[in-house]
Amino acid sequence: MTDVTGMRPLVLVALVVLTACAAGAETTTGDPTTAASDGAVSGDVTVFAGASLTDAFTELGTAFEDANPGTTVTFNFAGSQQLATQITTDGAPADVFASANQTQMDVVGEAALLAGGPVVFARNRLEISVEPGNPAGIATLDDLGRDGIGVVLAADEVPAGRYAREALDAAGVTVRPVSLETDVRAVLTKVSLGEADAGIVYTSDIAAAEDTVEGVAIPDEDNVIAAYLIATLRDAPSAEAARAFVETVRSEKGQETLDAYGFDTP
Amino acid sequence: MTRGQESTAAGIPAGVRALGVAAIVFLTLPLIGLALRTPWDQVSTLLTEPLVLRALRLSLVASLASLALASVLGVPLAWLLARTDFPGRRLVRALAVLPMVLPPVVGGVALLLALGRRGLFGQVLFAATGWALPFTTPGVIVAETFVAMPFLVVTVEAGLRALDPRFEEAAATLGASRWTVLRTVTLPLIAPSLTAGMALCWARALGEFGATITFAGNLPGRTQTMPLAVYLELESNPAAAYLLSILLLVVSIAVLVGMRDRYLGSP
Repeated sequence: MTDVTGMRPLVLVALVVLTACAAGAETTTGDPTTAASDGAVSGDVTVFAGASLTDAFTELGTAFEDANPGTTVTFNFAGSQQLATQITTDGAPADVFASANQTQMDVVGEAALLAGGPVVFARNRLEISVEPGNPAGIATLDDLGRDGIGVVLAADEVPAGRYAREALDAAGVTVRPVSLETDVRAVLTKVSLGEADAGIVYTSDIAAAEDTVEGVAIPDEDNVIAAYLIATLRDAPSAEAARAFVETVRSEKGQETLDAYGFDTP
Repeated sequence: MTRGQESTAAGIPAGVRALGVAAIVFLTLPLIGLALRTPWDQVSTLLTEPLVLRALRLSLVASLASLALASVLGVPLAWLLARTDFPGRRLVRALAVLPMVLPPVVGGVALLLALGRRGLFGQVLFAATGWALPFTTPGVIVAETFVAMPFLVVTVEAGLRALDPRFEEAAATLGASRWTVLRTVTLPLIAPSLTAGMALCWARALGEFGATITFAGNLPGRTQTMPLAVYLELESNPAAAYLLSILLLVVSIAVLVGMRDRYLGSP
């Protein structure tokens, strides 16, 4: 699943500088960067993260545990809108929230449940996923509006669904989806099982799906760039470890991992 | 009778009583929570919301269709299980009951792999007709039937087993044909079991979630049944989600009351 062949050294250099600047601007307490690397923190960190982060964060979680003996990271991956609801309505005991868009981070922010200010830690692009070999011959967003093409989208509340709608609206394409899924990975599944002809997902999802789907790039002028935000939560049971995890995600190593999984830098 | 119960209750250890009370609190507290959070003053407005109406209509159509399908297929199966002794009958019964204990989402995955567009049988259908079950209302009906039919089968089978075959034999010796016996003796005698089985089956179909969202997806008006709407609206429109939940709760209570002889009656 890990694919590190796409690493670009130049981008990484730029990224290190950027994250260093961002970390300097955002970090308010202590020195979490060193805390994360010298293993000073301990405890269980519960991370609520958007479904598209599943593979990258799982690897980051393992790296974090290795760097900080005595910590365990537990993930709850789902549509960001579900996670926001779980945090605000159900009072889920989460330490970190990573949302695939600003809207769902705002849901938690408006409930005054954030501790650290949310920061953008990654970006992602939309891509059309089709069956291997592209039997339906999908080349552009316009093709998704063709009769007889079964398109699956994420529901409008899901960040991926909202981004997809933005892209389709901007391109002036009317799509009648056959299903609106609860998170972006469910969209991917429906395409990889061959039940749908196409779906709009993130570039990183297509990288994660390996050979089960094929990606059809959406040109820049029609694309929508997703911004991923991360924040620690006010009622975090493991506040210190939570900050350390956020720093790990934003560290050079963390950004390398995200890059390897097809994400773009902030 | 009353005296007997009192003396029995007196012999129950305090610990058992406390745990019993804890169990009933545990089972009822969530329902109270739901009832308290339901925006009763908005019920009339919420009931006219397109999303709620579409989910209601689809749920009624799909659950009744799946009840019909389950009855047509399930009663004969119950009959075979109760009245015949063929090799592998126990295995067949185990398979028929399996969906009752199988996680519904697993049922949904299995249905996709069998009846989906690229599924074992689904691809034959798709090649021949260009049509596939996933993302369609018939797909919802199939998913609901898969999960709900076992409830009808086991209930009717139990009814048939409890039936004294001598009634049917008597009718037959008096010259009644097989169909006449079925129509005038067997069916009336198992009517209570049949009704109970159908009620359970319908309630289960109405509440089906996991297999439906996995196999049929989620599209308002086509595959988004009430439970799916509850799940999805909880994020964007909690009031509608609570209302739909209450409606499903009321239906469940109605089914229980309708079968009070079986589940609520005195022992």
